[in-house]
Amino acid sequence: MTIVPIIKRDYIIKLAEQGKRIDGRDFNHYRKIEIETNVVNKAEGSARVKIGNTQVLCGIKMDIGEPFPDTPATGVMSTAAEFVPLASPDFESGPPREDAIELARVVDRGVRESQVIQLEKLCITPGEKVWLVFIDIHILDYDGNLFDAASLAALAALSTTKVPVSRFLKDLNEKDRTSWQKQILDLYTIPGVDEIPFGADEANKNPNPIQDFPLPMTEPPISCTAVKINDFILFDPCFDEEVIADVRLTVATDHNGDIRAMQKGLSGSFSKEEIQKVIKGALDNGKEVRKTLKDVVSS
Amino acid sequence: MKSDIELIDTEGKRNDGRGPQDIRKIKIEAGVLHRADGSCYLEWGGNKVLVAVYGPREAVPRHTQNPLKAIVQARYNMAAFSVEDRKRPGPDRRSVEISKVISEALEKIVLTDQFPRASIDVCIEVLDAEAGTRCAGLTAAGVALIDAGIPMRDIPVACAAGKINGQVVLDLGKEEDNFGDADLPIAISPRTGEVLLLQMDGHLTYEEFNEAFDLAVKGCHMVSEIQKKAIMDKYQTAAAEVNE
Repeated sequence: MTIVPIIKRDYIIKLAEQGKRIDGRDFNHYRKIEIETNVVNKAEGSARVKIGNTQVLCGIKMDIGEPFPDTPATGVMSTAAEFVPLASPDFESGPPREDAIELARVVDRGVRESQVIQLEKLCITPGEKVWLVFIDIHILDYDGNLFDAASLAALAALSTTKVPVSRFLKDLNEKDRTSWQKQILDLYTIPGVDEIPFGADEANKNPNPIQDFPLPMTEPPISCTAVKINDFILFDPCFDEEVIADVRLTVATDHNGDIRAMQKGLSGSFSKEEIQKVIKGALDNGKEVRKTLKDVVSS
Repeated sequence: MKSDIELIDTEGKRNDGRGPQDIRKIKIEAGVLHRADGSCYLEWGGNKVLVAVYGPREAVPRHTQNPLKAIVQARYNMAAFSVEDRKRPGPDRRSVEISKVISEALEKIVLTDQFPRASIDVCIEVLDAEAGTRCAGLTAAGVALIDAGIPMRDIPVACAAGKINGQVVLDLGKEEDNFGDADLPIAISPRTGEVLLLQMDGHLTYEEFNEAFDLAVKGCHMVSEIQKKAIMDKYQTAAAEVNE
């Protein structure tokens, strides 16, 4: 760490004591969030998310491959994050460092554990062929809070993803096609809450087996991150706040107001009261962020 | 590689509707990133490229330093989702080669002797690819270097010419690149006409090479005007904000 953050630390703490932040926000407030979808033509789905000056691009690619032996009738997803040197003077090229791996794993857990992608609906021929979903996160501009920006970009990109059936039809043999036809007809006729994919409209309820169709999804949880600097809890930290923060907590909450995932980071510590405070803040902010996401993907 | 696929009709109209001497649509925006010292976003047909410039800053590791001048390190990287079949993240042989030829092209144009021991880092990220990404990347790098205030002899610019169905045309598109007869990407210093980058693959006669080269230079000058406009727009917007 250079000397600059230490000087800034005094300034940030002095402001916090007066109830202020360097960019004039309240402790609980997020910076402006902008979501733009379908920004990459070659990807099956894509989104660029800006939180203040932080910019993250997420692209979804799909392919056909073999399922894991223990889940023969389930699609496969994988998440990777690239901290490209474009995004910050401190990022270096080379294999992913531990922060890139942590970020990718936290985003992956948020999507996987809440079954945001209905992987059981992405089976073509059980035990032989399933759809593979690759979530690739590209950091473009790093001004703090990559966890929220990256998970939001992943969700927005997934919500606009079309399963590229028409492109892969030539790779399917007669057996695959028959099996896939049966799968897809079952896909949207199961009664229940998951009947309509998140972000899709009624018109997509009965897709044609040889046409591209929206990735089957459920309501995703929304991640919100706060850091602690001295005794102050600040949501959506910008870069200057993040580099001097003692400890960080990310909380993902779902549409019912339940907690779905958490991750503590950095070497500081929280008390139970502080954790409760972050959870409450994450619930409030989560509602707002969810609304922003829904407005974009359903329009 | 002679192709049977018709890429250009008898009236000289190409599959995407362009004439033989037309370039694809180009959009350039300077200064789009917050953390970078200079940056540029460029769309060229279906290509989308983002470039950041960092420096001059101390070159690390130290053995890379040159006590007499700065080094220019370009890093060309393709996003995993930028191509039809997902690309494995990280450098491959192709991107390492492109990074090298772009670095060398830029090193000629930057006034490197002003910054001994320093490094000027140019990060080229291809977000969406559709033939001609090295030209798009180098052209965007030229604008990003200006945005970063790096002293240069000129604004480097690149464009490709090629041959499809036996005819020399400007700025190959995706199908033309895949099924065409030859591809000739070049980068020049538009003020002096010096050639900074030159690659060729395929099959050209001596006469065809001359024709393609002249056409590519003409394309470079067309792109150069768009570069200059993007830079002017950036400073005019900044000036207007100051006057408010």
